[in-house]
Order: sequence, then C-alpha cells, then structure tokens
Amino acid sequence: MGIKSPLITLMPNKTFFWFFLPTGLAMILFIGLPIISTGIQSFYAQHDQVVKEVKKCDPFGCTVSIVVDQEKTSKIREEKPLGKFNGFGTYVDRNHLAIEEIGKFWNETNSFGEFVDQVTNLPFYKALIFTLTYCLFVTPNVLLLGFIIALSLNAVTRRIRGPLIFGTILPMIVTPLVGSLVLFWMIDAEGIIGANLQMLMDDPYLSLKSSKTLTWITIIIYGIWHHSPFAFVVFYAALQTVPQEPVEAAIIDGASRWQRVRHIVLPHIYPVVTFVALISLMDNFRVFEPIIGFSAEGSAQSLSWLIYDNLVNEEVILFGSAAATSMMTIIGIAILLAPVLIRTWKEFRTAR
Amino acid sequence: MRETNMKKILISLLFILFGTSVYADCNIKSGSINILANDFPALRTFVETAKGCKGSADFKVTHSSEHNKIAVPALTANPSEFSARIAANSSIVPLMNQDLIRPLDDLVKKYGKGIQDSQLITIDGKIMAVAFMANTQHLYYREDVLKELGIAVPKTYEEVVAASEKIRASGKMQYPYAAAYKAGWNLAEEFVNMYIGHGGEFFKTGTAQPSINNAKGVATLNMLKKLAGLSNPDYLTHDSEAIKVEWESGNVALMTLWASRSGTLLDDDGDAKITAATKLTGPATVAGGNIPAATLWWDGFTLAKNRSDADAEATFRALAHAAANKKMVADAADQAVWLIEGFKPGPKSIGVIEAVKMKAKPYPMLPQMGLMHGALGSEIVEFLQGKESAEQALKDVEAAYMSKAKEQGFL
Repeated sequence: MGIKSPLITLMPNKTFFWFFLPTGLAMILFIGLPIISTGIQSFYAQHDQVVKEVKKCDPFGCTVSIVVDQEKTSKIREEKPLGKFNGFGTYVDRNHLAIEEIGKFWNETNSFGEFVDQVTNLPFYKALIFTLTYCLFVTPNVLLLGFIIALSLNAVTRRIRGPLIFGTILPMIVTPLVGSLVLFWMIDAEGIIGANLQMLMDDPYLSLKSSKTLTWITIIIYGIWHHSPFAFVVFYAALQTVPQEPVEAAIIDGASRWQRVRHIVLPHIYPVVTFVALISLMDNFRVFEPIIGFSAEGSAQSLSWLIYDNLVNEEVILFGSAAATSMMTIIGIAILLAPVLIRTWKEFRTAR
Repeated sequence: MRETNMKKILISLLFILFGTSVYADCNIKSGSINILANDFPALRTFVETAKGCKGSADFKVTHSSEHNKIAVPALTANPSEFSARIAANSSIVPLMNQDLIRPLDDLVKKYGKGIQDSQLITIDGKIMAVAFMANTQHLYYREDVLKELGIAVPKTYEEVVAASEKIRASGKMQYPYAAAYKAGWNLAEEFVNMYIGHGGEFFKTGTAQPSINNAKGVATLNMLKKLAGLSNPDYLTHDSEAIKVEWESGNVALMTLWASRSGTLLDDDGDAKITAATKLTGPATVAGGNIPAATLWWDGFTLAKNRSDADAEATFRALAHAAANKKMVADAADQAVWLIEGFKPGPKSIGVIEAVKMKAKPYPMLPQMGLMHGALGSEIVEFLQGKESAEQALKDVEAAYMSKAKEQGFL
C-alpha cells in the first residue's frame, strides 16, 4: 500500500539526471554556495580593533575619547579581508554553545535544577528551548487539525466545498507578519480578545503580552492557525486518491467511520503525512515572523531571531555570530529530520 | 474647524509661494542626491528644505524608522546607495568604525556659509558631520491631573514614582506612567539614561572592559523596575509611538519621551482637553544626583565615502542650505530644537534646553558602545519580568557584551 513515486520507479537514471540538472544547478548556486560561504564566515572573527585617543567636539562640548584607527585598520583589512581566523571560537563562546560557561555552572551549582536554570539563561539555549517547544507543539497539532479539517471538508456536499476550502486556506494566504500583527492588536489589553479575557477572568491586570507563558501560548496558537491550511490542502488532495472499493466494502462489513479512517484512509495517505511532517518541522524550526509581529523579543527568542538580532539589532553587525547560529540551525534541522528521513529511506528500500 | 482648515491651506500656500522663491537659489547643476534619514517631522522638514535647493540634481530620500538597519550595508556598497545619511551621536559610530563617511572640511570651507562652528562635529580635527538639531528624553506631565491631586511637578524619578503611586491610589488611572520600554534598543536606551543619572560609567577607563555590574547598575535596574510597575503591563512591547498613543488616549499622566515627539503630541489632532493639559518639563534626576537621567543627542548629516565627489558636492550643497536656513528654523520652530542660527526656542523646546542647563551628558560616542547597548536590550528583560536578580542580569549583560566585543576585536 501507499503512493509510490512514479518518477523514481519508472524513470531511467540518465533521464532522471537531465531532468534534475537545472534544479540541481540552481540549488547549488542559490542554496549550496551561500551555505558554504556562511560556513566559512562562521570561522572568522573581526581583526583586533586598533583604537586611538582623539579629541571629539560636538554642540555639547569637547571630550577626549577613542575611535578606531582607520589607517592601521584598513591596512590589516586589506591583507586579510575575511578577518581573523577563529576556528570554532564563535561556536563555543558564551552567546552560542557556551561550553566553558556550562562547565563552570556544572562545577559551581549545587543542584541539577539550579544548573538547568543557569544553562537556560544563556541566549542560545534560551532560543533553542523556545524553538523546540514551538516545533513540538505546533507540528503535531498542525497535522491533526489539518487532517480533521480535510476529513470534514471531504464529507460535506460538493456545492459548498469550494468556498469552504477557500476560507480554510486563508490563514496561509495572509502574510505571516500581517497575520501576527492582527492577532497582536486583538490580544492587546484594550483589544477585543485581551479586554474580553480580562473580563472573563475578572483580572484587570491580565496581559497576554507581559507574561512569558501566555506569550508562548499565543505564538504557538498563531503557529497552528497559520500552518494548518498547508497540512489541510495536502491531506485533502491525498484523500481524493483513496480508492472507494475498500471503503465501501468496509461499510458493508459494518466498520465505523473511525475504523475506516484508522485502517483504510490513514495507511493509504501515510507517505503524505510523513511529507507534511517533514515540511512542517523544517518550517517551524525556523520560526521568526510571529516573534517580530507580536513584539515578543522580550519573552520569546528563536534561533532565527538570534540571527536577525546579530545582523540588524546591533549598530555593529556581527557576521561571525550570525553565521555560526545559521550553521547550527541547519544542523539542528538535520538532527530533527533524521529519524523521519531514516524511516522513509528504510521503507523505500523494503518497498523495492 | 473650517476656519483652522482654511488657515492651514493659506499657510501652506504662502509657504509654497515664498518658499520656492527663497529655495530656488542653489544653482546645483548636476550630481545625484540620495538621503537616508530617520522618520520624524523635523527631519522631514529638514530634508524638504534641502530638496528645495536641489536645482537640476537628481533627488531621492528614504525616511525610515529602520534606518539603523539599512545604514551600514547600504553605505558599504561601492558606489553606496545613499550619498548622505542623517545620523546621530550613536549612529555615526558604526559609520566611523567601518570608515564609511568622508571628512567635510573642504566642502564646509567652500559651501558652508552660514553654518555655525558649534554645529560642526569634529573628530580628530576633521569635520565628520554637521549637526542641525538637538534631542533628549524628558518628562511630560498632565497639568490637570497633577493639579487636581495636589502633586507638584516631579523633578526626580523618586518623585515620579511617588506621584504615579498617588495617581494610581486615587483611582484616576491604573497605569499613570509611560516610557518606551520595548525590549531591545528602546529599553537599553532607558537603562543608559538612568545609569548615567546615577553617575555610572559603562567601561573601565580607557578600555573596552565593561563595568556596569556595580551598586549603581543595581540601583538603575531597581528604579526601572519600579517605573515599569507603574506602567501598562504590556510595557515590554511599547516603543515611542505606542506610548504616544497611550498618552493621547488619556491613560497616562507622566511620561518620559523624546523631545522630538512633542510636536505630534501638541498638534491639533486628538482630544483637545488632553492636548491643552500636556505640559513639558526638563528630564528628571535620580538618586540625589545633579545631572539628569537623560542623554543629549544631536542629529546631523554625514556624507558617504563610497560615492563620487560630484555627488558628495551636490549633496553637501543641498543639505548645507538647509543646515543654515533661518527661514526653515523660523517656520518650523515648533518641530525641534534647532542648532541653527536664528532659532528662537518656543515652549516645545523646554525639555532640551533644561537638559542642557542641567548639564546632561551626551550619549557616549564610543566604538564599542553599540555592542553594550545591544546586550542591555536583551539581557535586562528577565530582571524586569521578575525572573532573575539585578546582579544576575548585569552579569549576563557583561558576559553577552564580552563575547560580542571579542568577536568584533575590541577585547
């Protein structure tokens, strides 16, 4: 059972090669090379800054202060434009893996709880925990909700299905930033959801935005809302391929609706479920827009947000840091996807 | 209502009529001018004035509140996207660090007629920018609310706290205080102000080693937390624009906000009663200090290095025309505290003038200050949320700063 990929089973290797070549080239050019360049960048840090004392005058008076000595610096920069080789220095520093700090915490703290507290206070681990929590809650819920919507829509009469489908995929059409901004205003203490929640809970100080837990929950709910339509669309398409004979046979045998779904529909669309799970995991691991849209930087930081922060939030751009976090995000996605990929590969082998 | 509209139209008409006759006199023959600037009314006026003198040069401008994010990449390109960048004390530093702006000495000599010496920003004897306005953050208060409750206008942050508590206790307002505490740049700026008010130094003298984990740092954080407790619980998401809206909705009676925003608070839009009761005063001091818990800022223009000399010349001539324009200063006296000759301070300039009188310090123009500002913006949030101690937060700031400074080669 299952949908076999007709391309791989039927196409001769040579045809496949020519078929794949343009895509492959584009991938190397636009994905492969930038990743390599980012990887190289992550091993370099800026040269030691040569500073000098100078007199600075502005409308408020003169002071003696320091500036970067451009003459000397530009000479060093010309010789080695990439910067100072730093190896894994950026990867293990306090703002990333923080190997040294973790060792110190281990020796200094008295209980395991205290140790965990200290580690999760480090920026990288703080972001990693939010990112994983987001993935863990959003992905399964997206799959479940998408599947339920697809099943229900598949059951309604054809006449109203079109408009219903359109309405259901709206969250995906709305730009993530706009979607999150709309929700952000609704949950404001004076917005429609925020104000009603305060009334419902009888707590005038309740604020969804100031509490870390509530912010996380809001972002996760937003994530489910935004991603479910994608799962729905794919599942809905897959449902159309479910053969009718076994379903009818099951009905005659007296199988309940749940039994039919469990034993006929689910096994049939299983490969598609894997596909949606993979894509959702990848998407969710890169969660970023809702954090900006909800102005949630204070309570929730993701790995992608850390990269953004290094590149634009500082007046000084930290290319090395951003590159190192990017590489670790890629590795993180690879680790997350590994179990699913290995399983798919094994099934592919046995299917042959 | 109609009368005021007519008045507005008349004024604009007059402005256009006389404006063009005055501005059309620059005689710039060629070159291309492209300006990057922050987005607030005074800067728009300034750039518009410069545009009036563009002659036959190409003229483009980008006003964006995200200007800090664009500036360095855009000016690093060669030729650079912008020929000029309107910068401030803090934002000129990354441009200097990367050697992206050019000295203006020759151009000032040739075309800088009317620019006052006090407007020139000189670094190591070279003119790097021409300032045209000053800015600071200071207190705004609601005269009616304070009067009704018999509260004197606060001069220190301790008095701000006491006054806010009294207003809250009276039941008039739940969150009487507001300041831009949005996590990130804004929050860090509030820390910088408060820490300077406590007399703190950010770095060990003459080095890039941080030194904020001390009693003054702890006192600063505690004061910020007290004020946050008197603010709208969503304070970590509120920037200057958001608290301006809070103020105009009548939810706030005391506020720390940029002087450059006073124009939009005191204009005809919004509730006339609130506008009439909105009053400005100098920045507050803290912990018995003499200098205000605020920093002085200048806004000025810089010219991109990676751009042809012809473009630089055209750009300078247009901008210098605005930076020495008595007419603009007279027409837009309400919009900013201009550093230009002929400026007569009005009631909206009180904040900055008081700050200067009280000897407020300028924002530190140090090459590594941006990294410190960035570390502050993200690491003190958890303290305000009550998740960690002040000492731990300051330790985190120093550690985050050190890693970044090492990567940037400052340590």
